[in-house]
Amino acid sequence: MDAGSDLTRWTAAQMAAAVAAGEVSAVELTEAHLDRIARIDVQVRAFLYVAGDAALAAARAVDARRAAGEPLRPLAGVPLALKDVFTTIDMPTTCGSKILAGWQPPYDATITRRLRAAGVVILGKTNMDEFAMGSSTENSAFGPSHNPWNLSRVPGGSSGGSAAAVAAYLAALGIGTDTGGSIRQPAAVCGLVGVKPTYGGSSRYGLVAFASSLDTPGPLTRTVLDAALLHEAISGHDPCDSTSLHAPVPPVVTAARNADVAGLRVGVVAEFAGDGYASGVLTRFNEAVELLESLGAKVTEVSCPHFDYALPAYYLIAPSECSSNLARFDAMRYGLRLGDDGMASAEQVMSQTRAAGFGAEVKRRIMLGTYALSSGYYDAYYGKAQQVRTLIAGDFAAAFEQVDVLVSPTTPTTAFPIGERADDPMAMYLADLCTIPCNLAGNAALSVPCGLAPEDGLPVGLQIMAPVLADDRVYRVGAAVEGALGQRRGHPLLEEASGVDEADDAGAEAGR
Amino acid sequence: MSITRDEVAHLASLSRLDLSDHELDRFAGQLDVIISAVARVQEVAAAGIPPTTHAVEFTNVFRDDVLAGCLGADAALAQAPAAEMGYFKVPKILAED
Repeated sequence: MDAGSDLTRWTAAQMAAAVAAGEVSAVELTEAHLDRIARIDVQVRAFLYVAGDAALAAARAVDARRAAGEPLRPLAGVPLALKDVFTTIDMPTTCGSKILAGWQPPYDATITRRLRAAGVVILGKTNMDEFAMGSSTENSAFGPSHNPWNLSRVPGGSSGGSAAAVAAYLAALGIGTDTGGSIRQPAAVCGLVGVKPTYGGSSRYGLVAFASSLDTPGPLTRTVLDAALLHEAISGHDPCDSTSLHAPVPPVVTAARNADVAGLRVGVVAEFAGDGYASGVLTRFNEAVELLESLGAKVTEVSCPHFDYALPAYYLIAPSECSSNLARFDAMRYGLRLGDDGMASAEQVMSQTRAAGFGAEVKRRIMLGTYALSSGYYDAYYGKAQQVRTLIAGDFAAAFEQVDVLVSPTTPTTAFPIGERADDPMAMYLADLCTIPCNLAGNAALSVPCGLAPEDGLPVGLQIMAPVLADDRVYRVGAAVEGALGQRRGHPLLEEASGVDEADDAGAEAGR
Repeated sequence: MSITRDEVAHLASLSRLDLSDHELDRFAGQLDVIISAVARVQEVAAAGIPPTTHAVEFTNVFRDDVLAGCLGADAALAQAPAAEMGYFKVPKILAED
């Protein structure tokens, strides 16, 4: 296979094929990525923890299986960046929070377990907004990650560390979680493919909970096919998660390879355009819609009148579930404990620990959720938000009677400068405007790059939405757009990213 | 004004967050803005619309009633801030007098 001499630039599919064919070893691939992390991650700051020895041991095991003539799984030997919200028995799990700094979980998440079983090499744990609450990684207690297209911009969030790692070729694959857009939004602003599978399609066991009725693990990759391969590797029923679906995994890999949209009915969401959208985002989005039409898709405009209420409903439902889920951080059984001087009561220790251990956004959401759930306000806020959730699911149901998929921009703007929205929570929340409806209704959605905004040269994402358990459709459309745009451009979009200083001594300089 | 500073202080106490005066000042303003924005759900959620609690609804998830492995006491206590004689050791839970 001739995919160039720099192994880290290969797609995951190319890496896996080369490992299976014996053209490159899993150890060589892993070493190439660990070397690059050591050189480049001082600029990007994607990783909170790099598990060099464990990664090399996992790679050696893959190479040994191949040497013994055993069959390898489709992604065996491919290095991956895992969001630090999944438990790992051999690495700390912090969720980007001081309250869990150094916590060593006693068990592996189902996602972690399935990655290991597939022979995927976990390089380490990636940075994130604290407990997955945010759209920029600026809410991490350990400092922000940087966008490989422009290091002064955010990589999106909350799965920004995984996105930055994959976009900077520090890992071939990334795993994130999407509660309101936390996979698709970083994918869009880093020029990657990001997928929120159907809720319940990928297990939440060992995923430290933020909003249990919304949290969905999924892939962050450089190509649609890589996302499909990773989607298949992690999906399927898990008896440890009571909301896990008893259904076959949709044929996402086949769909990514087919990439055929002839005759497909595509609906453009009328509500997601206009004020608040960057002109370059709309330009590239409209071009992508025209492209789909030229590939044989039948495009119509579809109104989803309640989508405008998705953001307010989300900022009641997610904080409500968060205020309940984060009650477990009580300073008693694990994590940080402060002020235990023998005199203070458990309640005082708890309040002091939580005040010092949580960051501002987590505190805001816990209090907002506590407010929305309190008697006297429950019906007016949490109850109404749950009704809006029904209306949004109804909008999707009506739309999917007319069309096979819906499309919109993934985000209203491209990557914004680090610091710009840090003190304005409402401005930060708007980053997830277009992605939230799918979390509320549970259906599948994918973001695929559709070009660069002319005004700032930063990537724009096209969001494709499909009904519950029709995940294959978003891959089919995503692969068609990726293929046609790649042909037009002559190379993958990500090759134009130039924010990272590749000079040999750049890392050493920045590290001093 | 959708929420007062005193109400925010009460929420902090219910949430077991020992906030500083400075934090209370800042959060009161921010929560006021956020609550005013999210109150928009009241515009469309008319009476009679059923609530949705979960994206994909389930009822009664069962499994076979068979023994499965679980964490041992050593593993469960390994990350405890304090442990003694196989138990979590916690600060006093009752106030004086």
